[in-house]
Amino acid sequence: MSQLLEVSGVSVTFDGFRAINNLSFSIGEAELRAIIGPNGAGKTTFMDIVTGKTKPDEGRVLWGEKSQNLLRMNEAQIARIGIGRKFQRPTVFEDQSVAENLMMALRADRGPWSVLFWRPSRGDHFKVEALASQVGLGDQLARKSGELSHGQKQWLEIGMLLAQEPKLLLVDEPAAGMTLAEREQTTALLVELAKTRAVVVVEHDMDFVRRLGCKVTVLHEGSVLAEGSLDHVTTNRQVIEVYLGR
Amino acid sequence: MKPGFLAKNPSVLTFLLVLAVVTLGVTFLSEAYGSGVISTSMVKTLGKTLCLCLIAIAMDLIWGYTGILSLGHFAFFGLGGYMVGMWLMYARTREIVLSSAAGVLPMTPQELQDAIATQIFGVVGSSDLPLVWSFAGSLPMQLLLVVLVPGVLAFLFGWFAFKSRVTGVYLSILTQAMTLALSLYLFQNDSGLRGNNGLSGLQNIPGLEAAGQDAVSVWFLWASAGALALGYLAVAFVVSGKFGSVIRGIRDDEARVRFLGYSVETYKLFVFTLTAVIAAIAGALYYPQAGIINPAEIAPIASIYLAVWVAIGGRGRIYGAVVGAAFVSLVSTWFTGGRAPDLPLGFYTVKWVDWWSVLLGLSFVLVTLFAPKGLAGLVDLLEGLRPPKRGGTPLGPSEGSLREEEAVE
Repeated sequence: MSQLLEVSGVSVTFDGFRAINNLSFSIGEAELRAIIGPNGAGKTTFMDIVTGKTKPDEGRVLWGEKSQNLLRMNEAQIARIGIGRKFQRPTVFEDQSVAENLMMALRADRGPWSVLFWRPSRGDHFKVEALASQVGLGDQLARKSGELSHGQKQWLEIGMLLAQEPKLLLVDEPAAGMTLAEREQTTALLVELAKTRAVVVVEHDMDFVRRLGCKVTVLHEGSVLAEGSLDHVTTNRQVIEVYLGR
Repeated sequence: MKPGFLAKNPSVLTFLLVLAVVTLGVTFLSEAYGSGVISTSMVKTLGKTLCLCLIAIAMDLIWGYTGILSLGHFAFFGLGGYMVGMWLMYARTREIVLSSAAGVLPMTPQELQDAIATQIFGVVGSSDLPLVWSFAGSLPMQLLLVVLVPGVLAFLFGWFAFKSRVTGVYLSILTQAMTLALSLYLFQNDSGLRGNNGLSGLQNIPGLEAAGQDAVSVWFLWASAGALALGYLAVAFVVSGKFGSVIRGIRDDEARVRFLGYSVETYKLFVFTLTAVIAAIAGALYYPQAGIINPAEIAPIASIYLAVWVAIGGRGRIYGAVVGAAFVSLVSTWFTGGRAPDLPLGFYTVKWVDWWSVLLGLSFVLVTLFAPKGLAGLVDLLEGLRPPKRGGTPLGPSEGSLREEEAVE
C-alpha cells in the first residue's frame, strides 16, 4: 500500500534542546495510528512539523502519491492539501455561531476574492446541518460557540475538522476532559473515520489507546522507540523502562 | 427564498435613512438651497465630518473586524487629498494664467506649462513642474491616482509587513513610522508637493467658479454622503458573509484560521489595501472642502485620533465607527472653535481651546477602561444585550481579539 505521509530523518533543535532527533514515521491512506510517549517526547513538535508550524533543521516530509514536499509549504497550504489538525484544548471562534464556525471550515475555495463573493448554497446549509447533528450540535446552530460547554466545543472542533474533508487527521489528546460516555463516542468516531482516511491520535491515556485497537508508535526523546500493536510495544523492555515502568 | 442583504442587516437600512435625513435637512437649511440657518462654513464642516466617518469605517474594518491596529491610515487619506489637490491647483492655475494672458500673444503649450509651474512652485523657489505632476492636467488620471497611489503604497507596505508576520504592537509602530516618514518626506521642498506650504486654494473648483461656495459646499456634502453610503454598504457586504467570518477569525485567533487553510497574510493584505483605498477616497472628498492640505495633516497624531474615534464609537460594528467619528470630530470643532464657554473655577479658568485635548485623552482612557463598547454600547443597553460572562478572558488568543466586555452574548 502506498504511503500518504512519509517523514524521514527529521530533526529539530530549540535553543540547543533537540526536540526531534532523526525521527522517521509513515502512515498509509486509510490507517489509524496512535502515538504515545512521555511528556517532552516530541509528540506535539511532530504535529507542528507536519502541519508547517515548525520548520525542521533537517529531514524530509513527503505527502501523497506525488510526494509533495511539505517543508516548502506554509500552514494554510498544508491545510488545503488535506491535513486537518485538532488541538488539545478546543479552539473554536468563540465570537461566532456554531453555523458560522462550520461554514468557515467547509471545504471550498480559500482565496479572498472567491470567499468575498461566496454565498452558501442550499447544499452548503444542508451539509452544515448534517455535520452539526453528527457531532450532537444540531439544535445549537445559531448559538455563539463561546457559550458552549467544554465538551461541546471539542465536538464542534471535530465537526469543523470533518467539514474540511481532510485526507489525514492529526488529533491531539482527544479524550482530555471528556466523560466516559464521550470517550466511547470519540473512539467509535475515530475508528469509523479511519476507514476512509488516515488518522493519527496523540494520546496519554493507555485505556483510550487500547480501545482504538490500532498500531502504536512510541516516541521517546524525539525519536521512535518502538512500533507495533499495543501488546507488542507494552512488552518491549525499553518502552517499559522509559514510559510504562514509571 | 433567502432574506435579502438589507433584511439581514437592519442597521444598514437605519443608517442609510439617518444619513439621507441629515443630508436633506442640511440642504434645506443651507444658504444656497434653503433657509440659510446653517452657514456655508458649517455645511463644509458637516461635509468634512462625513468624510471622516468614511475613513472611520475603513479603520473599523481593519481594526475592529480584522484586529490590526493600523496607526497609519491617515497617510492614505492625505495621499488621496494630495492627488485630487494636484489637479485642482493645476487646473485653476491654468485658468488664471490663461485669463491674465488673454489678449496678449498666444502661448505655446510649453510656455503655458512653464507659467503654471512658476505660479505653483514660486513659493518653494522653483519653476519646473516636478515629475509627479505629469498627469496633473488630467482630472480622470488624477482621480485614478487617488485610488492607485495609496492602494499601491498600502499593498507594498502590507506585503512586507504581513509576509514577515509582523503583528500586534510592532505592526502599529511600523504603520506610525510609515505615516511619519511620508509626512517628513512631503515637508521637503524638493518632494515636488510644495513642502510645508502644501496645496491650497482647493475649495475653488475649476469650471464651477460661477456656482459660488455656498452651492458647491452643498454639492460636496452630497458627494460625501453618497461616498459614505456606498462605503457603508461595501463594508457591510464585506463583513456580512464568510469573508467577515474569516477576518473576525483572524482577529480572535489567527493561528486557527491558518490551520483551516486560509492564508491569513493574504487576507490581511487584502483588507489593508481595501481600507487604504477607502481612506484615500475619503481624503479626496475631504480636502476640496477643507481648501488646504499640507504634510502636517498626515502626522502620526492624525492616525491616532482615528483610532480614538473608533474606540469611543465602539469598534467591531460599522455604525459605532460612524457615530464615534461624527461625535468626536464635531465636539472637537465646537471646543477648539472658541465657541465653548470658558469654565471658571475661581482659582483657574479652563479655556477649552487649550484643554480640549486633555479632555479627549481623558475620555479615551475612561472609555477604554470602563465602557469598552464605546457609544455603541448604548445601543446594546437599549436592546438589552449583555457581554458574555467569561471570567475576564478575551474571545481569542490573538492580540487584537475582542475583549470580554466588547463582545455581545
